[in-house]
Amino acid sequence: MSDKTHLPVGAEAIRDKGWLTAHKYLLLRRASQLFFLFLFLMGPWLGIWWVKGNLSGSLTFDILPLTDPFIAAQGIIAGHWPALTALIGALIVGVAYALIGGRVYCSWVCPINPVTDGAHWLHDKLGMTKGWQPKRETRYYVLGMVLAVSLLTGTIAWEFVNPISMLHRGLIFGVGFAWAFVLAVFLFDFAVSRRGWCGHLCPVGAFYNLLGTASVLRVTAKNRAACDDCMDCFAVCPENHVITPALRGQDDDTPLILSPDCTNCGRCIDVCAPEVFEFTHRFDATPAPGRVRAKSTPAPRADKAA
Amino acid sequence: MSAATKHKPMDRRRFLRDASRGVAGCALAGMGLTQFISDARALPAQAIRPPGALEESDFLAACIRCGLCVRDCPYDTLSLAELGHDGAATGTPFFTARDVPCEMCEDIPCVVACPTGALDHNLTNIDDADMGVAVLIDEEACLNALGLRCDVCYRVCPVIDKAITLELSPNTRSGAHAIFMPIVHSDHCTGCGKCEKSCVLPDESAIKVLPTRLAKAHSAEHYKLGWEENNPLVDELIDLPDRLPGSGTDNLAAPGGFLPGDMPDPSMEGGFTSSIKLPGTGGAGQ
Repeated sequence: MSDKTHLPVGAEAIRDKGWLTAHKYLLLRRASQLFFLFLFLMGPWLGIWWVKGNLSGSLTFDILPLTDPFIAAQGIIAGHWPALTALIGALIVGVAYALIGGRVYCSWVCPINPVTDGAHWLHDKLGMTKGWQPKRETRYYVLGMVLAVSLLTGTIAWEFVNPISMLHRGLIFGVGFAWAFVLAVFLFDFAVSRRGWCGHLCPVGAFYNLLGTASVLRVTAKNRAACDDCMDCFAVCPENHVITPALRGQDDDTPLILSPDCTNCGRCIDVCAPEVFEFTHRFDATPAPGRVRAKSTPAPRADKAA
Repeated sequence: MSAATKHKPMDRRRFLRDASRGVAGCALAGMGLTQFISDARALPAQAIRPPGALEESDFLAACIRCGLCVRDCPYDTLSLAELGHDGAATGTPFFTARDVPCEMCEDIPCVVACPTGALDHNLTNIDDADMGVAVLIDEEACLNALGLRCDVCYRVCPVIDKAITLELSPNTRSGAHAIFMPIVHSDHCTGCGKCEKSCVLPDESAIKVLPTRLAKAHSAEHYKLGWEENNPLVDELIDLPDRLPGSGTDNLAAPGGFLPGDMPDPSMEGGFTSSIKLPGTGGAGQ
């Protein structure tokens, strides 16, 4: 831990790189989230039907079908083999996320992400304790539960409660009382469990997590030797356990953040003043020496802070 | 999970503890979800699925609630159910016939749009659609049933004279007119709901599209309509001897019934005096 640990998160980055560069990926991410939402809203709002449908299934320019592969998987388990259009759509989405990182969906597309980010922001502002922290593996149990219930009830089970669909479909087709599910997620993340929903429980995230296990696009701590222990990356990362092996690794450890939990949000790149992190591909073998003081680093404390 | 492979007792214990917590917690959540689903999949009778929709139990395994059928419906008939407002499972497509009925497009764009086959792509002739069955549900209020000539449901029916016919019967109230009763024939009715939409009564319609599962009864397997099917139930009919007219029959009106001379003697044991008089016999048995 260094003196800089106690500075506000991102303060050095803003000072050294300027506000805009220190928020580059955050702004890009918000733009991406708005862009994907706007694509779907152009039809009902402006009458420009480039994209029809919603995140569960859509048709772009009347030719490109896209289907949520998790929903398709539940349907198959529930006993319905989807028609070819839906299968092709699920394959396209599946391959795309397998390449760029499954959880890119979570951080760059999912409309619930701004909701839980907002909850975390408020949670942080009010200095609340982190509350109940279920194990990160819990999401896989929830994923298994959803598939089991799909099998048992013969329905696409998660779609009865999925806050992502509720919000996205609600904005495009009319929301009814579905906003209650979104509010529930906000309150859960705000008051019950810090970053509890997306990183610990959401089965959609868990599914995309598995999908992106071998994804090509990765963040690397290539310049980890320059790390000054300010801890800002740990503070902003929604899945901060993924940073440690790369950042704190020795010379022969890979600097790549290979955990599929990483959402490729790029926020660590933003807030790092010494520019330790950058986007790369998983085959990047550029040598990245570990930090000289690696042995004396109070790593357990870093984990605790995380 | 790596903890378990290292075979450290404490790690194994931790793994087992975490796993059982996860499983138990999710079993609880799963029961809640299952209960919620079983409640939510009860489709109300007035919510009609689009043409070609699979049976409700299969539909909820197939429909991904993308709304592409809604977008391609040129008459804005279909909408996606909103939680708490509409009874159908949240986000699934339906229509309410009294508000906007199905116009039975020949190219069935909603079915073509469905990416999963929740709307069966084998449906290519809209006349084969089976969204439900119209039922004349209130014969006390239906104007035709009262003996008037409304006929609107019959006139608007896209399958006129097949799905709805007008059956004549004497109007016993006036004694001089006919009742033109609208009769629905389920084998031709597509459940489009144009009759329900057009019923002139205020508020509720006298004729309503109901889901086939509610509207239709089924004959028992062994029932046969003898006037439609000629093959008898048993190979050879048992030919019982015909009862001949004469003494002992109770066929009073037919010729060959009681003959005056055949009446039993009232004075004999068990004899009686008939209280009725046979026509033309002038007090038989006296």
